[in-house]
Amino acid sequence: MKIIAVCGMGIGTSVLLKINAEKVLKMLDIEATVEAADMATARRASFDAQIILTTPELVESLHGLNAEIISIDHFFDLEELSTKLSKALL
Amino acid sequence: MSFLSDAFGDGSIVIKDSVVDRTQAISIAGELLVSSQRAKPEYIDSMLEAVEKFGPYIVIAPGIALAHGKPGEGVLATGLSLLLVRQAIEFGNLKNDPVQLVFGLAATDHESHLGIMAELAEFLSDSERVNSLLTCSDLEQIRAVIA
Repeated sequence: MKIIAVCGMGIGTSVLLKINAEKVLKMLDIEATVEAADMATARRASFDAQIILTTPELVESLHGLNAEIISIDHFFDLEELSTKLSKALL
Repeated sequence: MSFLSDAFGDGSIVIKDSVVDRTQAISIAGELLVSSQRAKPEYIDSMLEAVEKFGPYIVIAPGIALAHGKPGEGVLATGLSLLLVRQAIEFGNLKNDPVQLVFGLAATDHESHLGIMAELAEFLSDSERVNSLLTCSDLEQIRAVIA
């Protein structure tokens, strides 16, 4: 299973999102790789991804991709991540 | 010492009572990266462009923004800066406004800052430490909280 964490540049927001998503996936006992990517890379890399994690502001620019898009409001709220990821995956 | 405390160079942290708007807040976070030898002045433009282009998504949690530009361009060394504003400002983020902590990030590439980011994530997940950061009255106290 492949998950892509996306932000504008692929170095800040998406990296934080990746770190916390990995924590949550471990807690949920779900095996998945999480990649951090900028918008352009995400478009290319999304063909075999199940889920794209991003912020509400960027959801619209990611429409049309195959993967399910999940938007996260509070990056450090592991409960929000956990609820949204398990809804999509379990 | 940790990745996180090392990431903040000399002159990379400032406390201000107020700023005019988010542009000024991001500019200050950028200037701190310049004054602490992590970035060239043009990197500040890259930070401002990112917000213009992609919107206020850099407000990643209630009250906390992470401002950064493109990796590599104008970056001298990977590092962080921090602006603490007493009077919270609007960034235009629906869920997480207003902002009091503006972190600036410079990264030379896509990998060099991952250790720092792991510790930053750990730090920002700890609401007790974040709250104590908000009550700091001088730089020494801030240094102690992020140590």
